Amino acid sequence: MQIGDTSAPKPILYVDGVTVTFDGFRALNDLSLVIAPGEMRAIIGPNGAGKTTMMDVITGKTRPDVGTVAFNGDVDLTKLDEAAIAQLGIGRKFQKPTVFESHTVRDNLQLALAGLRKPFTVLFAKETAKERQRIDELLELTKLTESHGRLAGDLSHGQKQWLEIGMLLAQEPALLLVDEPVAGMTDAETAETAELLVEINKTRSVVVVEHDMTFVKALGVKVTVLHEGSVLAEGPLDQVQANERVIEVYLGR
Amino acid sequence: MIMKRLFGSDAMALWFLACLLVVTVLVGVLNLATPADSALHVPTYLVALLGKYLCYAILALSIDLVWGYVGILSLGHGAFFALGGYAMGMYLMRQIGPRGVYGDPVLPDFMVFLNWKELPWYWLGFDNFLFAMVMVALVPGILAFVFGYLAFRSRVTGVYLSIITQAMTYALLLAFFRNDMGFGGNNGLTDFKDLLGFNLQTDGMRVALFAASALALALCYLLCLWITRSRFGKVLIAVRDAESRTRFMGYRVEGYKLAAFTLSAVMAGVAGALYVPQVGIINPGEFAPQNSIEAVVWVAVGGRGTLVGAAVGAIVVNFGKTVFTGVLPELWLFALGGLFVFVTLLMPKGIVGTVPQLLDMMRSRKAQNAGETAKPEAPRPAAE
Ligand SMILES: Nc1ncnc2c1ncn2[C@@H]1O[C@H](COP(=O)(O)OP(=O)(O)OP(=O)(O)O)[C@@H](O)[C@H]1O
Ligand SMILES: [Mg+2]
Repeated sequence: MQIGDTSAPKPILYVDGVTVTFDGFRALNDLSLVIAPGEMRAIIGPNGAGKTTMMDVITGKTRPDVGTVAFNGDVDLTKLDEAAIAQLGIGRKFQKPTVFESHTVRDNLQLALAGLRKPFTVLFAKETAKERQRIDELLELTKLTESHGRLAGDLSHGQKQWLEIGMLLAQEPALLLVDEPVAGMTDAETAETAELLVEINKTRSVVVVEHDMTFVKALGVKVTVLHEGSVLAEGPLDQVQANERVIEVYLGR
Repeated sequence: MIMKRLFGSDAMALWFLACLLVVTVLVGVLNLATPADSALHVPTYLVALLGKYLCYAILALSIDLVWGYVGILSLGHGAFFALGGYAMGMYLMRQIGPRGVYGDPVLPDFMVFLNWKELPWYWLGFDNFLFAMVMVALVPGILAFVFGYLAFRSRVTGVYLSIITQAMTYALLLAFFRNDMGFGGNNGLTDFKDLLGFNLQTDGMRVALFAASALALALCYLLCLWITRSRFGKVLIAVRDAESRTRFMGYRVEGYKLAAFTLSAVMAGVAGALYVPQVGIINPGEFAPQNSIEAVVWVAVGGRGTLVGAAVGAIVVNFGKTVFTGVLPELWLFALGGLFVFVTLLMPKGIVGTVPQLLDMMRSRKAQNAGETAKPEAPRPAAE
């Protein structure tokens, strides 16, 4: 496996020639994608383009038929399970907000905190001062300080999305995969979420899938357009928006 | 201090343990220390009946741990209960010694009847009480571990998992029916004489077994309470609420499920072991799929995911069953089915979740009727 130019920094995520088929249907078709360390990338594309499937492959939920998926240059993700990949430092936000509804906001964050994962150590774990402090920071960042004792199931849709992002951050991942974070959000919430992601991107690499063009514009990063399981175009948003094929299959619908 | 940490603000736990203690002491004293013709006397048959209910309560608790907290709906916990019961039964059989009908010093009657010449290897050691007690925990534990390992690793969940747990208990039912398995076939194990050298038929022993069941229930309850309130317990609830979220957070969900499932099976085995000397028999009927389903209904009726509810549900439903089968035995299954539908539709939180709500409603209505201004609602123990 040869990964680009040896003098360049190792890509945090390297996807090459990945194909995934479901009963003969190619959800991903020879997909290739390279994310540099510290980069934020927006992924757009019509429904069924394979965006979520791509995240499934990176996080170990779906095994590719063929292709390479490497993290930090040399860790082969296709051999690892979800838990191992998460522990390596890849966090994932689902398309549908998924939090632990019958836990409090605080407990949701506590469970997400990086560190203890083995059943026996978890059984005897006590919240440390450091953990408490980190939880407080995350509550502050996601504007949930007031709601820290509420059950996550009682939060509004937007708050759940934010809590889930907070939980992702608690995992201290090097790479965040964020699937449609602003679906169902108000305009104000959408703008705030863009700001939050930009803030997060100061310390971590981010891959964000989104349909909302205002949001993608607000991120101001390189865009990859997926179509029928492979990359249709890649580049700055205005350049991609001017691309005829992109207009045809996606933007001009 | 320790008490405070265990219970937190939960008054329900204290109430439950206090009630259990009071009932146990009262029943014991009123059976042993009052004359049989006294109005206060608790007859021995009642002691045994209550002891049986307590064993069912432990079984219900074990089901609640996996169903209520991890979302694993096991319809095969009766198998673990029965295996624990058989392990105890084997010890009790060996305690009979030469007092069997055929007078063989070692072989139980059914083996003599089958013309067996020596004890099968898996009966060895069961004359030792400690060994037998280890087996009470180990046999259901190992079965659950192996079963759970295979099922959870293959990510079998939901209805499919429930179905294979039913298949497991049904397969054991068929196996234990066979005479050549060496567990007494159809008739099972019975005609027990003593336990640890004490005659099982005495009032003192009956009360002792009843008290042991109460103690086991209390200990299992405290263990479950501690586990479900630890961070481990929070992970279990997380698995129940959003399994894949938990996985993508880096928790290896299979391990958590397996630990809970195995522990739960051991608890069910202990319940079965306490049950057998009190009812005086263990036979393959205990593996019947229907038994496991009934036990799940107890938990639903009492309140899933509340621990106390499981125990309360087991006791209430079985009390109902005792009364009902005395009057209309053919209709019991319909009554049970009806109860399950009623609870699922109208009281999804079960008795323990619904009764405090009703009390609150009645109280506030009373307050309104009395013309008082609305008071802030009194804090009420959360039915987790
Ligand atoms: N487990 C599966 N089994 C069969 N088909 C699947 C499976 N997962 C995804 N697909 C199919 O693969 C295609 C790509 O799906 P995917 O969810 O990745 O699209 P997407 O780009 O995320 O779309 P959306 O914008 O609607 O979220 C779709 O046609 C979908 O029906
Ligand atoms: Mg999608």
